[in-house]
Amino acid sequence: MSMTLVRAGYIPLLDCAALVVAAERGFAEAEGLALKLTRETSWANIRDRTAIGHFDVAHMLGPMAIAASLGLGPLSTPIIAPVALGRGGNTVTVQMALFHEMRAAGFAEGPAAAGAALARVVAARRASGRPPLRFGVVHPHSSHNYDLRYWLAACGIDPVQDIATTVVPPPFMADALMADHIDGFCVGEPWGTVAVAAGAGRIVTTKAEIWPRSPEKVLGVSEAFAREHPDAAAGLVRAIVAAAAWCDDSANHGDLVALLSRADCLGVDAALLRPALEGELMLGGGETRRVEEFILYARHDANRPESAHALWLFQQMVRWGDAEDRAENRRRAVATYRPDLFNAALSHSPFAPTLGGSDLRIPAGSDPAEGPFDRTKR
Amino acid sequence: MLSILVVDEKRARAAIIEDGLREAGHTQVTLVTEMKGLVREIERLAPDVIVINLENPNRDRLEHFFQVSRSVQRPVAMFVDRSDTASIEAAIEAGVSAYVVDGLKKERIKPILDMAISRFNAFRRLQQELEQARGELEERRLVDRAKAILMKRRGLDEPSAYALLRRTAMNENRRIAEVARSLVTAQSLLGDDA
Repeated sequence: MSMTLVRAGYIPLLDCAALVVAAERGFAEAEGLALKLTRETSWANIRDRTAIGHFDVAHMLGPMAIAASLGLGPLSTPIIAPVALGRGGNTVTVQMALFHEMRAAGFAEGPAAAGAALARVVAARRASGRPPLRFGVVHPHSSHNYDLRYWLAACGIDPVQDIATTVVPPPFMADALMADHIDGFCVGEPWGTVAVAAGAGRIVTTKAEIWPRSPEKVLGVSEAFAREHPDAAAGLVRAIVAAAAWCDDSANHGDLVALLSRADCLGVDAALLRPALEGELMLGGGETRRVEEFILYARHDANRPESAHALWLFQQMVRWGDAEDRAENRRRAVATYRPDLFNAALSHSPFAPTLGGSDLRIPAGSDPAEGPFDRTKR
Repeated sequence: MLSILVVDEKRARAAIIEDGLREAGHTQVTLVTEMKGLVREIERLAPDVIVINLENPNRDRLEHFFQVSRSVQRPVAMFVDRSDTASIEAAIEAGVSAYVVDGLKKERIKPILDMAISRFNAFRRLQQELEQARGELEERRLVDRAKAILMKRRGLDEPSAYALLRRTAMNENRRIAEVARSLVTAQSLLGDDA
């Protein structure tokens, strides 16, 4: 059988697993695809190389795919998301010094209580004339940026006026924390755990708690590739879904961490990949805590790229001034996510979804997120 | 006169690009090889053009800085002219990216980018040649050691030892260096007295 070559880029993170496993454990091959992976160093490279056709597909930030469709990037080639790579998987981690301040201000576990303590610290700092806290995110067009802002705003902290935001590549977050360049960050695993293990930080909340089962990375596919190779694109969706189910199975976790910890993949000690995978987070200072559904690879329909998710992300982009709230933009943003292609690809597979079985609806003109926080617009 | 900032943690490559820019008549060229203080340096210099290598993870940070900064004119990625896909591809192929202050004429930027692309490619060729030369040197050493083993153990003179290696390689359809490597490995496993 002749194989179709598919070139894919990824960033070293726990949520690139479905893509890596699809390539390394035969799931892509079973669909007649020779999936060739390239590790990248920046999201900008992922975006540019997908745009010019070096990569057919890529491990991609959901909002980055939407930004490409909205023409916000320098090389705005339309990108679609026919499959998501999972849900959740991020932590908000702060420097130990800041954590001690938060604890003194009444910190307790849970996004609302943790955020309230942070709000008191922010207010006290402002009152005493200290500079605003600096938080690192991985890219402006990232769910990390929007989740962090969503959480802060819901806790009464203005992410624009009260704190400073900077961009740091995921593998450098722990270093940036230790070097005092930032006071905290929101990043995908294992990079929060890496900072904790280095004694540099304390995990104060997680994406899974701010918004359970919330959208994360997608497989970004250049629209041209999907149009010219519809069979390969559909095969890829099936391969990713099968690989994601494999990743969710705890029987495979030993094999998974061995694969991901390889120097040419994440290059991180296998022991530091386990806490997130098993939902038993090492918080820092010797504390651990169980977080249900911390990262989902396939469970709960995690791979379906929901239109409601695209809409929510677009609304966040509008909320924080990254996109203009026009009907045409809204249409393009929502059309980036392609549950139709996802359903069609899986209709005859063992992973056939319950068609239309999504419990998410898109209420006209409002915010569909099922989060614990107020969603008042700025 | 355009002010140009070259960001590259490979000092040798940065120097090659700087040379090229100076030869082309650009005198305001600054190199930054360390990421520490990069943003401050950009604020100080307010460069018109920033040349950065693609494997540099700080591209994301730079782009964000450009997006929010009020202290520098907003530079945009080099892909100002999307129709010029050939030059975009050439740049990414070579591993280089550039950020250019908005509004600068394409004719002023293109020669700089073209120069950076050709120097990046030249640097890569140099590296490949260096690696190849290292490999060849290593192979010659192996063949010399294999010849010495044969001369000592079989009482051959040098031309006969070499002829034996070559004949074995031809018979086994392998390269002389591979045969030599096997012999040297066998010798080290068996020891001198075997």
